[in-house]
Amino acid sequence: MNAANSPVLEIRNASRVHGQGERAVQALADANLRINAGEFVAIMGPSGSGKSTLLHLAGGLDIPTCGQVLVEGTDLASLSIARRAVIRRQSVGYVFQDFNLLPALTAAENVAFPLELDGWQRKKARQAALASLEETGVAMLADRRPEDMSGGQAQRVAIARALVGPRRLLLADEPTGALDSATGTAILRLLREKADNGAAVLMVTHEARYAAWTDRTLFLRDGRIIDQSGPSDASELLAQGTA
Amino acid sequence: MSVKHALLALLSWKPSTMYQLRKAFDASTGETWPLNIGQVSTTLQRLERDGLVEQELAEAGEPEPWKLTAGGRAEVDAWWQSPVPRETPGRDELVIKLALAVTVPGVDVAALVQRQRSATLQVLHDITKARRGVEQADIAVRLVLDNHIFTTEAELRWLDDVEETLVRAQATATAGTTAPVQADRQGPTPAKTAKARSRR
Repeated sequence: MNAANSPVLEIRNASRVHGQGERAVQALADANLRINAGEFVAIMGPSGSGKSTLLHLAGGLDIPTCGQVLVEGTDLASLSIARRAVIRRQSVGYVFQDFNLLPALTAAENVAFPLELDGWQRKKARQAALASLEETGVAMLADRRPEDMSGGQAQRVAIARALVGPRRLLLADEPTGALDSATGTAILRLLREKADNGAAVLMVTHEARYAAWTDRTLFLRDGRIIDQSGPSDASELLAQGTA
Repeated sequence: MSVKHALLALLSWKPSTMYQLRKAFDASTGETWPLNIGQVSTTLQRLERDGLVEQELAEAGEPEPWKLTAGGRAEVDAWWQSPVPRETPGRDELVIKLALAVTVPGVDVAALVQRQRSATLQVLHDITKARRGVEQADIAVRLVLDNHIFTTEAELRWLDDVEETLVRAQATATAGTTAPVQADRQGPTPAKTAKARSRR
């Protein structure tokens, strides 16, 4: 694990424009963001503000029109499509609102799948998958298929898959969107633990109560990061009776 | 907040000294409304004057515990039985500030809302951090902090709603049917989207 202050994700002056000429739409403008190992960052903003664009750039699903996106020091835009896909598999994990688990596979097979795609031997991939499921508190689901899991269980498996093997960057797009409040809180507790254990986590959310679990919350509007908020250094705030 | 009834409730549990009462109050409320010993002392004197508490005979050198009288027990029983009245909305500075902001020309209301959102979210970050450190078994502190989380979150949702109202007003003004309002935001608000999702 790297030192806590090493950037896992760095976005430098990144902009993304869709279309050209009069039809050009600026989805993201001059965004700067740095997430270190062990950091948990939330993105909030209205629909169409650029949240998904930022997440797609961070994960190499899209490349900026200008600027840079570096994952563990590698500029994704400088890579071929094939090489970028490899970096995505090896360095970036995704968690989605609807889990995106493969229905025909068990939890362990789902988690092992990206490793096998990357050429890992099946036995070694399964061992890594079981370790990741164990760390995520759902080892008992290893041989269960998604249809036999609750929403919270499926999302835990998805998080295990996102951080299996060497991956340290977790991108979460509304990970609590399909869950009830108590299960959503449990998922945030898990994401917080993953960050505390060294992962870098970037999460899009509409819910302030979930954003409050992070170290920083960025506000996006019209493609620009307009503000950020995080916990104050003095949590004695409560003891002072001002909360 | 009724210090009077809080002290009566604690004394209905067991006789206590002034310092024990303050400690028990702080422990059960997660120290979110710290009481100073002067408040406890003054309140106990009033309760004694009203015949609701009395001091037990003290052993030599020991602080004197307070206990409920029959009247005090009746008072605390009545308190448990009755709902807490909802206070008339006070002169909340934020509400008044925003009402004025949309009235006085030249105020950047969207920026004002965003600054407030950022500050309120910081408070929510702090409360959530404090809440994470509370032991599972410490139910009293958990529910007090949860109350802070809900009220802070409610303010954030209200700010989202204010923004949406401004955007609608702006759209209407642009169409030339009403007076202009300063706002520049687009799209549905986070809170509305979340609410819509939770209803599904």
